[in-house]
Amino acid sequence: MTRIRFREPSIIPGFRLTFGFTILYLFLIVIVPIVGLYMKTFELDWPSFWRILTGSRFQAALKLSFGASLLAALFNVVIGLLIAWVIVRYRFFARRLVDAIIDLPFALPTAVAGIALTALYVPQGWIGRLFSPYGITIAYTPLGIWIALVFIGLPFVVRTVQPVLEDFNAEVEEAAATLGASRLTTIVRVILPALLPAILTGFSLAFARAVGEYGSVIFIAGNIPRQTEILPLLIVFRLEERDYAAASAIAAIMLTVSFLILLLVNLIQSWSNRRFGNV
Amino acid sequence: MTVNRRILVLSAVVGVAMSLGASGSALAQDSLNNVSYDPTRELYREYSDHFAKVWKEKTGRTVAISNSHGGSGAQVRSVNEGVPADVVTFPLEGDILGIQAAGLIEPGWQSEFPAQSSPYTSTIVFLVRAGNPKGIKDWDDLIRQDVQVITPNPKTSGGARWNYLAAWAYELERSGGDEQKARDFVAEIYKHVPVLDTGARGSTNTFVQNKVGDVLIAWENEALLSVKEFGAAEYEIVVPSVSILAEVKVAIVDKNVDANGKRELAHAFLEELYSPESQQIFARNFYRPLYPDQVDPEALKAFPELKLVKVGDVFGGWEKAQPTHFDEGGVFDQIYSND
Repeated sequence: MTRIRFREPSIIPGFRLTFGFTILYLFLIVIVPIVGLYMKTFELDWPSFWRILTGSRFQAALKLSFGASLLAALFNVVIGLLIAWVIVRYRFFARRLVDAIIDLPFALPTAVAGIALTALYVPQGWIGRLFSPYGITIAYTPLGIWIALVFIGLPFVVRTVQPVLEDFNAEVEEAAATLGASRLTTIVRVILPALLPAILTGFSLAFARAVGEYGSVIFIAGNIPRQTEILPLLIVFRLEERDYAAASAIAAIMLTVSFLILLLVNLIQSWSNRRFGNV
Repeated sequence: MTVNRRILVLSAVVGVAMSLGASGSALAQDSLNNVSYDPTRELYREYSDHFAKVWKEKTGRTVAISNSHGGSGAQVRSVNEGVPADVVTFPLEGDILGIQAAGLIEPGWQSEFPAQSSPYTSTIVFLVRAGNPKGIKDWDDLIRQDVQVITPNPKTSGGARWNYLAAWAYELERSGGDEQKARDFVAEIYKHVPVLDTGARGSTNTFVQNKVGDVLIAWENEALLSVKEFGAAEYEIVVPSVSILAEVKVAIVDKNVDANGKRELAHAFLEELYSPESQQIFARNFYRPLYPDQVDPEALKAFPELKLVKVGDVFGGWEKAQPTHFDEGGVFDQIYSND
């Protein structure tokens, strides 16, 4: 019979200290605020919580926030993969510069990004002007929200895929080629499976960031109820009304939905690890 | 051990030095925190300099005034959550009632200063593009099919609540007191709004920088400031037949000043708002002074005559207007759930 042990004996010293610190830190920085959030939500009685959950305006905002975030994260997966590929696989003029530009959406304060994007995409703006003759309005529509979310989410996929791609052994590709695989087969059956865990991580990060994004979206969204109103704005409204319980309820619902989606992504990830082996 | 002791001694020395420094400067100088709303930055900067001079003459002491600005809803929240405000200067009575509800301000503050603690007022006007291409003259032009209206969200912006109430008051007057018509009229206006910014400055930027919309419903002071900044070649002001008297309110935050012994200073700061020099400062910054006869007539030319209705007369005061129209499930929310 094997005894269940708390940990495997390790030759690396300092377990107690580092483990203790990790737990304490996570508790103070992550667990306490989140527990507080849910506790505040429980101040609501069931009928009021149900009223928030079933409100048509809340549901419209929920669909918009999660829908736009998913679409933006998916788009960033495709474009981010492409950009990472170009940066890793080719040597070209100003490659380092392009590499550095990728991080700009991280560095720019979100409000600045929002104001700049809005100024560009309004019907009179440099870019918006090109689309308005065809009756396409970008700023103050869900399309504008999506563009802001694509902008802030760009670095996540690039930065998670890039190192994996750099370490990827070119010999594996050569082996595939000598075994008669076409270029497409090599990409689909050899390269993509190896990149999948990194892609999923990048997707999760970009998605999570997009769902919570307020600063940049608020300027380019029209904030019209039921059309271009995002969930974080509804939270701000409840705070303005000093209805803290309702605000935390909306936040708790957002957090729960995000958590479920991220859990699903993790499950896919572990499935892909089993399916393709841990590359 | 020795290292620890050395650090201990060092930090003790630093701590004593810092507290000496802090108390030293506190002896030489009074300080006051004024928490205010968004567009008053320029106003209170000028007024603080003026008050510092008055206080020095009166008491021989110098005073450092720090003014904090932001959307009034968020400002109220930060005062309630512990920002050490000594006085508050807000665009709506409802804002200060929110602080009163949190127990920081005693009831009856409205009668502490003249004119129900309202040292200056403003109103709501229209800003249109030069030459007024859509020919906007009054509120009913805003619901014409070809007109796009810019106004902030009344949920987050105090100024936007005045815009809303002004439109309501216009239709109520025109229809001879028909509440349903007023409600339909306001609802129709919001159908012409392509973007609801969270604050008055945001809406001004949408209209002025991003060139969205045909008319901006704005604070008179914001509209005058925009025309002053960009010139009459770009924008002009249209004064509607009826608008609302936006009574700005000031109050001492009783709990905070009593804890710090600053009541005398706080009282002097707000009382001085009613002096002729201060009234002149308001007019210069495009706010309507309470006592126009104390102000240089030249400065008053910026303020046209128009019919101004009071919240107390038409809406039964802020205690009633806020929950009826703007709280969750109020008329503003209903407007957006009807379609």
